[in-house]
Amino acid sequence: MKEDSSFLKKRSKKLLFHCARCRRGARQQVKVFCFFFSKKKILPSLACLLLGLSFFSAASAPFLAPYPPTRIDLRQRLLPPAWPQPGRPGHLLGTDNVGRDMLSRIIWGARISLAVGLSAALLGAVAGSVLGLCAGFFGGAVDAAISWLINVQLAFPFTLFAIFLLAVFGGGFLPVVGVLALATWVNFARIVRSQTLSLRAQDFVTAAHAVGVGAPRILRRYIFPAVLPSIVVVASFSAAQAILTEAALSFLGVGVDPTIPSWGAMLNLGRNYLQTAWWMATFPGIAIALTVLGANLMGDWLGTRLDPRAR
Amino acid sequence: MTETLLDIANLHVRFGATTAVAGACLHVSKGEAVGLVGESGSGKSATILAALRLHPADARISATRLTLGGQDVLTLPQPALRRLRGRFAAMIFQDPLTALNPLLTIGTQIAEVLTRHRALSRADARGQAAALLTQVGITDPARRLAQYPHEFSGGMRQRAMIAASLAGDPALLIADEPTTALDVTVQAELVRLIAGLQRQRGMGLLWVTHDLALMAGIVDRVVVMYAGRVMESGPVAALYANPRHPYTIALLESLPRLDQGRGRVLAGGPPDLTRPTSGCVFAPRCSARMPRCVQAPPVFAAGDSHVACWLAAPAGAEVAA
Repeated sequence: MKEDSSFLKKRSKKLLFHCARCRRGARQQVKVFCFFFSKKKILPSLACLLLGLSFFSAASAPFLAPYPPTRIDLRQRLLPPAWPQPGRPGHLLGTDNVGRDMLSRIIWGARISLAVGLSAALLGAVAGSVLGLCAGFFGGAVDAAISWLINVQLAFPFTLFAIFLLAVFGGGFLPVVGVLALATWVNFARIVRSQTLSLRAQDFVTAAHAVGVGAPRILRRYIFPAVLPSIVVVASFSAAQAILTEAALSFLGVGVDPTIPSWGAMLNLGRNYLQTAWWMATFPGIAIALTVLGANLMGDWLGTRLDPRAR
Repeated sequence: MTETLLDIANLHVRFGATTAVAGACLHVSKGEAVGLVGESGSGKSATILAALRLHPADARISATRLTLGGQDVLTLPQPALRRLRGRFAAMIFQDPLTALNPLLTIGTQIAEVLTRHRALSRADARGQAAALLTQVGITDPARRLAQYPHEFSGGMRQRAMIAASLAGDPALLIADEPTTALDVTVQAELVRLIAGLQRQRGMGLLWVTHDLALMAGIVDRVVVMYAGRVMESGPVAALYANPRHPYTIALLESLPRLDQGRGRVLAGGPPDLTRPTSGCVFAPRCSARMPRCVQAPPVFAAGDSHVACWLAAPAGAEVAA
């Protein structure tokens, strides 16, 4: 990556020189412009910005939110977005049908979305990678069994399956994470399996066998580090997918505890007021879209950055 | 008789419909250097991979005898096999770039063998690894140990590979075309290095190559393979001076020589290994073909030389194949 930055520096220098001749005052602006909008940096900058916003909201929700997210004030119900005015506290993003502040609820909702998304991606990554490694490395009956599991999982209409499971076993944070991990592990298992298959035939793995290295150690030291970049990339896409699915499940009423503010549940609530109070559904929707976009952009960027062929 | 390190008799290796090796025989004794020659696809690599049971899972393999240090490789349980690999027999691969793990430092990879087979502590292994690098002619080993394979040049990588293979202090070193991926000048250096190490340590050496000239100076005995079968084997001087199998003759004639210009090209190509052949596999390209060649020739022995050709029939006594 050293080359990249020096290349960038060179390019911005050229630009700077050009600008210095016409207008000296623009120098600083150009520098900032170069950083954010050069082809190589726009993706990670945007991704970091969006994800950073979500993480910041989630982390500092108690300080950031102007109101407690569950405080009901029936006198202030269905207020449109408004700037705070002297003498009267405002609701930047309006209030919902029982007078709770939308902005506060969205800030607190980031906690649920991120916690669920990240936990589900992590759980799926661990389970999927282990199964994928075993399937690819040991082959034979192990591979047949795991591949069969993958195909079965892919054949199910997932949302329906998730609703069924959550209806039977009840909602809540852990069940939702578990069900979402059930959706994401396949992504990991498929990619890790195929990469393990090709790595297993590589000379350096045969060479490790040839000096007497055992199978567990080969998996740990030789194959896992080589598939790790792909796992990271898939994890960011899977987190985005999990956040979206969590919102969908909450929207359908089988998500996490309805008393906890979650973006999906807010969207569901807003559905009934689409014609009278547009802000109730719009803002949670934007929050979901931006966070998922951030996670996907991060995945894209990591994908090009960690691609072994690009090294 | 000296101790036999590797003994292969009547080895067959099949991949699906392809018969890569059909009845190969080979043995390497302590302190002996054996060259295994043949063109691409003649079953050289399949033979040596089978010797360490490193062949791919889809290969079917059978042999009347396949032993490493007296132990039957085909029936040995995994843990014992792992102790044998690297410790008793080590291998140098053709392309050191793909044969070294790109994600581990050279030092880690050499130390891996040391801690595994010699029960050394990490610090000791580190020191040993540095000593090994010095032995294979790498300067500044302390710095080199901390580097990754991509920071090494091609020749350096192969030297590191050799160091790693020597780490287990093996009795038998199997080199699978170790110089093919390198420059000619580097080739000569490495050939000298490996030959020197072999003599110095009294190892058995099995050198696989398709370069007849390269191995002439370092091996004691040559085994010539064609289409998965051993055509001829014998002491290097006798075989070069007086080749008896038409294939060996053709191989030697194909070498370009300074005084005679380009060598003679052997017409035709190797046979289709997916079809079973009756008779001599080399017969279709053979200049000395006889009516008798429709029958597969047995191996005729005369002293140390073995030839699988009817031409050798009157001179030698027949050996049961």
